[in-house]
Parts: sequence; C-alpha cells; structure tokens
Amino acid sequence: MELAKENVEAVQDYSLLAGRSLSNIFAQPRYFADTLLQADSVGVGSLPIVILTGFFTGAVLALQTSSTLQQFGSLSLTGKLVSLSMVRELGPVLTGLMVAGRNATGMASELGSMKVSEQIDAMRAMGVDPTKKLVTPRVIASVVMMFFLSIISDLVGLAGGFVISYFLLGLDPSQYWTTAYQALRFGDVFMGLGKPVVFGFIIASIGCYYGMSAKGGTQGVGRATKQSMVAASVLLIVSDFFMTRLLMGFFQY
Amino acid sequence: MSSLAPPAEQPQLSASRSGECIIRFENVAIAFEHPVLEGISFQLPCGETKILLGTAGTGKTLILKLVLGLLKPDAGRITVLDEEITQMREEELFALRRNIGMVFQESALFDSLTVEENVAYRLIEETGRFTDEIRARVLEALRFVELEHTIDLFPAELSGGMRRRVAIARAIITHPEILLYDSPTGGLDPVTSNTIIELVVKQRDVYQTSSLLVTNRLQDAFTMASHYFDREQNKMLPVPDGSTRDLNTKFLILRDGKIIFDGTAAELLRSTDPYIREYLS
Repeated sequence: MELAKENVEAVQDYSLLAGRSLSNIFAQPRYFADTLLQADSVGVGSLPIVILTGFFTGAVLALQTSSTLQQFGSLSLTGKLVSLSMVRELGPVLTGLMVAGRNATGMASELGSMKVSEQIDAMRAMGVDPTKKLVTPRVIASVVMMFFLSIISDLVGLAGGFVISYFLLGLDPSQYWTTAYQALRFGDVFMGLGKPVVFGFIIASIGCYYGMSAKGGTQGVGRATKQSMVAASVLLIVSDFFMTRLLMGFFQY
Repeated sequence: MSSLAPPAEQPQLSASRSGECIIRFENVAIAFEHPVLEGISFQLPCGETKILLGTAGTGKTLILKLVLGLLKPDAGRITVLDEEITQMREEELFALRRNIGMVFQESALFDSLTVEENVAYRLIEETGRFTDEIRARVLEALRFVELEHTIDLFPAELSGGMRRRVAIARAIITHPEILLYDSPTGGLDPVTSNTIIELVVKQRDVYQTSSLLVTNRLQDAFTMASHYFDREQNKMLPVPDGSTRDLNTKFLILRDGKIIFDGTAAELLRSTDPYIREYLS
C-alpha cells in the first residue's frame, strides 16, 4: 500500500514538473543563455557517440539483411531496407538511448548534487524558480537537439549501409542511394522526425525529475542517476511502440 | 537606472517598519514521520535578532525553511512582511523571498560559479545582465565580509569559514529586510566562528536587519547578546557593565517541538526551569 502510494506520488510529481517545464516556455524570465549552453552540451557533446552508433548500426543492418535478401535475389533492395529501418525506427531510438545514457544521467547527477548540497533551496530562497532556470532550458535544448541528432544519425546510418553495400556486397552506388531515397514516404519522414521530439522531452524531463527529487547525500545522487537512465530508456522504448502504432494507423501502413 | 535597491535605503526601510512584527508564527505545526513542530507561536519585531536554540532535531532549521516558504506547515498561520504565506503559491513566494536573505548551514554556494557570480547571483537575476553597478555592489558586500581578494575564486578554493563569509555576502547584497542564519558557525574552529559572529553582529548593529539565527553553540549566542559593533574601531566590543545599550537580541529555545523559552539573555540566565538549567550548563 505504502509502495503504491509512493509510486502514485512520484507520477504526480513528475507530471507536475513536466507540465511546468512546458508552461514556463511562455513565461518570463526566459533563460536564453542557459538554453544555448545546454544545447551545446546535449547536441555537440552527444555528436561523436551518435555518429559512431548510427554509422555502425547502418553498416550491421546492411550486413545482416544482405544474406536473406540474396536468397530471394533482392540484394538491390538493401538501400531501401537500411533507409526505412534507420529513418523510421533505429535512428530515433538509438539516438534517444545514447542521448539518454549520456544526458539524462548527466542532468540527474548535476541537479541531484545541487539538491543535496542545498543549492536548489538556495536558488528558491533567492527568488529564482529552479524549474525555469534549470529544467526548462534542458527540456528545450534536448527536444531541439534530439531532432537534429536523429537526422545526423539517419544520414550516417545510410552511409554505413552504403559502405557495406559498395565495398562488401558490390552494389552499384547510385542503385543504393536511389532505392534508399525512393523508399521514403512522407509518413516515414514524419515518424522519424516526430519521435525524437518526444524522446528529447522524455530524456530531459526524466533526468531533471530524478535530479530534483534526489535525497540522501552522495548515495542518493548515485541512485537518482541510475534510476534516471533506467526510467528514460524504458519510457523511450514504450513510447516508441505507442507512437509507431498511432502513426502507422494515421498514415495507413 | 535599475530595480536594484540602493544600499543607503535599508536603515530607512527598517525604520519605517519600526515596532511592526516582521515574522509571526501562530500555532504552527508540521510533521514528517513524526511531529516535529507542535503549535509553535512567536513573533519577530522589526530590527530584532532572535537566536533559536535547542538540541539537534528539534526543528530549528525547519522554522527558517517555513519562513521562506520552502516548506508548508500542516497547521497554523505564518505571516512574513505583512503577507500570510501559508496559502501562497510558489510563484507568489518568489517575489517575497527577494526581501529575505538566507545563509545556509553548508553555505550552499553554487560550485560552478565564481565568488563574484555567487554574490551577484540575485542582482543578475533581477536585471538580466552583469553591470558595473552590480560589480560595485559585489565589491561592497565582499568588503563587508573582508573577502575582496577572493572575487575570482571558486567556492572549492575557499576554506569553510571563507565560504560562510561569502554566503553572508550573498545574503546581504540586496540589503534584505530579514536575514536568516542557519548554524553559520557550525563545524568551524573557535577563531573562525568568532569572525563569523562578528559579521553577524556587524550586520545587526550597522543595518538593524531583523534576523533569525539558528545555532548549537551557546557561546556564540551569548557573544551576540553581550557584544556590539563599534563602527569607529571597526570591531566587535563587549557591552560595558551598567550600559543601557539595547542590543535587540532575544533567545528562543525549542524542546520536543514546542517553545519552552522566549526572552532576553538576562531572563534566560535567571530561568529556574530544570531543562534550561541543564541545557545552559
């Protein structure tokens, strides 16, 4: 009973924080400089891992599917398969998981340290709203940067698939890129660009929530960091399923 | 030019409230896993310093957090600067908190900001940028705590005592109407503690700011009640015997969530309550 009550309270607190982080966008003061700093940290900071994971995911996708496609004499469809998989699913999800691993935990530990050393209380005591100053800039930065990071991930994933197709499978470059490009419909691109926006919001709001609710000294910060990673990853994958189902219905796949 | 309050206005502001009650607690109660404060009532008149004493866990720090509205009581009313804060929303409290300075137990300085940025934090938030006027105010506040030379350092580069002094500078830079000190000498050596208490006395006697001070060190409390700050000699001196100087400093002792004493140092020393006698010994 006590556990259920705690969980309901946690969901309520998270919802309130997430709601306020969004409503703050339309309220003064706006922390533009803090948002830029966070965008640099989330976007530029995550670029290397997003490029690496995107490239090798595209490459392994081409490698794994080539043997199956070859059995049906459809090796020329490798570009189409890599393109659809990367844009609709793997690009956004893998980017989300990478950014969650790097930034949701970073936010939880940074804000958690501020919480346990009373810096958040000090901020409130000085008349500064921590959700406006700390949470909203992180949410905006994550949403915007996830959008662009996913596009980069898609592109380098396609490049990874191309490297395998050209050098190992001996496919014609123009055939690969043409099938990859022609396979994409508006619904695929919409799905691939809509998901990262939601993922960015989940990553930042979960990271900030666990950070702002950390308690119990350094151990508490460690616990909050760990929980933020787990919760952000699980929520991301669960929301991916529901968004996919919804968008597939909407675009009549 | 800006919304920053000029330093010279503070004594006049306090004088305009002279005799008024700055903080009022009426039957305030709060419980976590067990009751911590039960039916607490007291007042802090303008210009007075009230020293909160009591054993660990009696809710002294909690009272400071209730004054700031960082926590809400389960029952009772709290009035701060003529506003009943008990029912106020967080957004409404931010404006009120700008008139209150707080020195946290562990200083709570922002560790990624320099001393200058820490002290200027509130002013930068008010104006949205760092101006020459703000820099002058930072220097003035740091001069008050005699730490001008640390302006470009980070909190991690300062000693514990220096961090407390920077926290005091950060709290007083806007010349707030109320100052709250949470164990400002906790964990410090006697010499550094004395320096901190001298600063608190200096703030009390120079600006007559209404204050609540939590401490576990009786020695500090009695030093405050028996010393004044001499502006000419720029140091804290004991009040001479027979002097009628009113230091405007009172004591409030908590025990098991209730107030068991609220009065002057002389009244405290005359108390016949066995618990208080034992506490003082």
